[in-house]
Amino acid sequence: MILFFKIAIQDIRTNRFLNAVTIITIALSILIVSALILFFVNANDYMNSWKKGIKIIAYLKPDIVEANLVDIKSKIQGVYGVAETDFISKEEAMKRLRKQIKRQSSLLDGLKDNPLPDAFEIRITEQSANSEKIENLAVQLESLPEIDDVEYGRKWIGRFVKVFELFKLTGYAMSGIFFIAAVFIVASTIRLVIYSRREEIEIMRLVGATDRFIKVPFYIEGIIQGALGGIIGLAALFATFIYISTNVEHGLSSDLLHVRFFSLRLSCTIMLCSMLVGWLGCFISLRQFLKE
Amino acid sequence: MIDKNNKSATILMFHVHKNYGSKKALIDINLDVSKNELLFITGPSGAGKSTLLKLLYLGEPVSEGQILIDGMNLSRISRKRIPLLRRKLGIIFQDYKLIPTKTVFDNVALVLEAMGKKRQFVQKKVNSMLRTVGMEKRFNAMPQSLSGGEQQRIAVARAVVGSPKIILADEPTGSLDSESACVIFDLLEGFHARGGTLLVATHDEKLIRKTGCKVIHLKEGRQISK
Ligand SMILES: Nc1ncnc2c1ncn2[C@@H]1O[C@H](COP(=O)(O)OP(=O)(O)O)[C@@H](O)[C@H]1O
Ligand SMILES: [Mg+2]
Repeated sequence: MILFFKIAIQDIRTNRFLNAVTIITIALSILIVSALILFFVNANDYMNSWKKGIKIIAYLKPDIVEANLVDIKSKIQGVYGVAETDFISKEEAMKRLRKQIKRQSSLLDGLKDNPLPDAFEIRITEQSANSEKIENLAVQLESLPEIDDVEYGRKWIGRFVKVFELFKLTGYAMSGIFFIAAVFIVASTIRLVIYSRREEIEIMRLVGATDRFIKVPFYIEGIIQGALGGIIGLAALFATFIYISTNVEHGLSSDLLHVRFFSLRLSCTIMLCSMLVGWLGCFISLRQFLKE
Repeated sequence: MIDKNNKSATILMFHVHKNYGSKKALIDINLDVSKNELLFITGPSGAGKSTLLKLLYLGEPVSEGQILIDGMNLSRISRKRIPLLRRKLGIIFQDYKLIPTKTVFDNVALVLEAMGKKRQFVQKKVNSMLRTVGMEKRFNAMPQSLSGGEQQRIAVARAVVGSPKIILADEPTGSLDSESACVIFDLLEGFHARGGTLLVATHDEKLIRKTGCKVIHLKEGRQISK
């Protein structure tokens, strides 16, 4: 094994230019793909916090007595997709309304009775945060006899989620394309390396070297290229990330845009993918070469 | 067809033909070489000497007929087992075929490394081999910096280092001055004296007269008796 490493490193040194090209290609692909992934990770975070904020308000019929509230609450809680329910009494609702309209709140002083109904504020689970499921949920809630009316953000909630999902799909597709492109570029540089060493390889075969003995150093070379490309790509992204986030956070409230970099686990996964690119590139060109 | 019970023979060729496209390089060659035999293959340039050796190490496929080497039938051998055949053979090529990017030591060590031998063993064996051919001081040199005779010595060291049963030598003294040629031939005779089987292709009649061994004459691809 040490021997194979020695051969691989010797090879990288004698083919510096080709190796540099390969490593830069991998680094660029990793940079682009992981920039996409980074965007989606953050956008996803944002979506999730937004989804958590989706509320359904279920207004109760005016004749409900307080003794039944616990019963109603447990009924609502029993509907699939409901995460949390909070009772908002009409007094509470009035208070909130006053707060919301502040200056014009004097208008409300003229009212003799509180016209607002009692209500339950319902938060839904993340999985249920798309248009069909919300609608479904609303219908179910409306069918409860104690509930008068249900209010929620209707169609546009779901649309927004759908657009985001589509966006994500495009991202996956682009990542896939970059992955394949990187593999083929690695394959063709390894092919050039093999070509430049074909005489040597032929001699190795003539003195009794197996295909495996000849191939292993190439695989090691590919994996080293992948690892170096991955490190460079991720480092470049990290540098860009730091640069952008320190400059942008001044302008925007950091509350709204709380961005983060990859977790260690995701970084490692990207590194592994990068090494896989190197390995696959080798695999393809060696398979062609050994068929000849 | 082939007498597989012929225990003393390590190489058997049976009605072997070799065509390069329409060009007939070898025609109906029959040969049996016993263990520890020294056989010369001779004939003018273009007679098919190199081709005959190439067939033996599967550098070229046989067009017709059968070859058996140390119990392996070359027309049936799978791609995966070709290295096993080549490890039974030590090959000395007409053009040396040393790897230009590797040192003398690494060129010789390659054979043992490919066999998966341990580092220490490789170190010891290669050093003693280089001493045998008198090149121990140049272990770190690159092949291009050596003279033809020196390169051929390295090629001999590489052919012998893996302890093969058979050595195939293609014009081992062909491009050397007579002094270097003597050194090389002495090395090959040493291998023969230790019980190895040796096939030498050469057009150098002097070399053959010196030994008085079995000779095969080729002419335009045919075996001719003298
Ligand atoms: N790879 C090849 N393709 C076509 N013809 C070849 C090839 N190798 C050898 N020959 C031809 O086969 C004949 C025998 O060649 P070779 O075995 O090299 O002869 P020798 O070694 O006795 O000089 C020659 O006529 C040569 O031109
Ligand atoms: Mg020849």
